Amino acid sequence: MKVKDIMAALPVKLLTPEAALDGEIAGGYASDLLSNVMGQAQPGMVWVTMQGHQNVAAVASLIGVAAVIVAGDSPVAEDTLSKAALNEVVIFSTELSAFEIIGRLYELGVGKE
Amino acid sequence: MSENKSVKMEFEVAGGDFERAGEASAKIKRMLQRLGIAADIVRRIAIGTYEAEMNVIIHAGGGKVAAEVFTDATEITVTDAGPGIPDIDKALQEGWSTAPEYARQMGFGAGMGLPNMVKCSDKFDIQSEVGVGTTIRMRFEHISEDL
Repeated sequence: MKVKDIMAALPVKLLTPEAALDGEIAGGYASDLLSNVMGQAQPGMVWVTMQGHQNVAAVASLIGVAAVIVAGDSPVAEDTLSKAALNEVVIFSTELSAFEIIGRLYELGVGKE
Repeated sequence: MSENKSVKMEFEVAGGDFERAGEASAKIKRMLQRLGIAADIVRRIAIGTYEAEMNVIIHAGGGKVAAEVFTDATEITVTDAGPGIPDIDKALQEGWSTAPEYARQMGFGAGMGLPNMVKCSDKFDIQSEVGVGTTIRMRFEHISEDL
């Protein structure tokens, strides 16, 4: 499954229009604690968080996650998006709660394999 | 210390500068990628460097992040002239944190920074003196787990 398949199947809004969406999804991770994400998330994962500040783009880029989904309609800072664009990080937002979007991702097959 | 030739990079990190936080780590990561270091090693170095960089930004009021890349290993040295750590054993415990509230709200201060550095590096050394500062040295062997 690719990033663009998630975008087609789920109610997410793409906030980084220039980013490439053909990245392959290799599971998922959810946490708002950045050190926990640094220690546990793997490259290619989709990361669900409530954090929308610019360090999210830095962490996403360092790990090499396939995409970030900011849940619960949590605000995403302009700086986050410019940093994401610079580092080719894909960021979506969704009105769904973290619990709901993770459930929907799992239904789609993310993390089931 | 390896005696072979090395590539060096050094960055100043400003205390409290969350806007540029992670830039030193990102630049070191890109250099390692260009040098052809295996992706899983680069990832571990990036994680360890980022954690140390963030600690300098949150706790130390600024410092330096240096990378030295040898053929067989990369060494990261992070120094600051911050407040120092009174009890290093405690600071190395998972969950122990002295991060201020604003940093916690951003998702830092979970008490996993130093433990992450220990876990992702092959050698880890921390020297700290209260009122003088802290120096962290991490060594990452270039032997890929993917091989």
